[in-house]
Amino acid sequence: MELLFEFGVVLALLIVGLVAGGAAERRHYRRLREKEAELGDILVFNERTPPPDLVIARSRLVTGSVVIGEDYFKRVAASLKSLVGGRLTVYESLMDRGRREAVVRMKEQARHLGATMVFNVRFETSSLSEQTGGRQATFSAEFIAYGTALVPAAAA
Amino acid sequence: MELSNLESLPGRSIVRHLGLVQGSTVRSKHAGRDLLAGFKNFVGGELKGYTELLNESRQEAVDRMIEQARAVGANAVVNIRFSTSNVAAGAAEVMAYGTAVVIE
Repeated sequence: MELLFEFGVVLALLIVGLVAGGAAERRHYRRLREKEAELGDILVFNERTPPPDLVIARSRLVTGSVVIGEDYFKRVAASLKSLVGGRLTVYESLMDRGRREAVVRMKEQARHLGATMVFNVRFETSSLSEQTGGRQATFSAEFIAYGTALVPAAAA
Repeated sequence: MELSNLESLPGRSIVRHLGLVQGSTVRSKHAGRDLLAGFKNFVGGELKGYTELLNESRQEAVDRMIEQARAVGANAVVNIRFSTSNVAAGAAEVMAYGTAVVIE
């Protein structure tokens, strides 16, 4: 009976993860596409130095960061997939979302300053997974994108 | 104080290099945030409490770096890098470092 109850809880959590997590992911991707289209005119480079002939009025450090957590379905799917190895597609989308969101937030800061370009963009990622009471760890990751926003002389 | 992660500030020339400056902070999330994040981990998505915490920590690290740069007489920090790591369960370190310089 107890076993049946535990199985029921796990199944319920799986469904919640699949439905709510899936909906959240689709919503996030939709918002990302909108924001990326909106901020598309801000150019982002990971070149270390801007071209020498560019006349710049102002430059400023800009950052964007986000912490994204997995859902229960992703956790279970990933641990099952880990048995056979290979691509963990459920985590790939998580990392993709995090990084794109960080870039979007960085661009928003740049837009706020009136900048049109961000140079020397760097990414920083670290995982925040933790063990809770000896049970399987939950996984979340933080993403930082940062660079130097440049305001061209004409715009300032 | 001018901040940049480029090797030099575009349009400005560096008069003097004053060496490496850094700032760091270790923060833990409080229980309420932890609990909320725990729930959030079932449904997935952004953990806003943690994002906020990360932003605060990064600002603190940058502020401390600026303080150090001021102390050595700089008016800009270039080539800034960020680094984060988990030092203990529930605590994260955020570090910012760069080169303190004097610009015209």
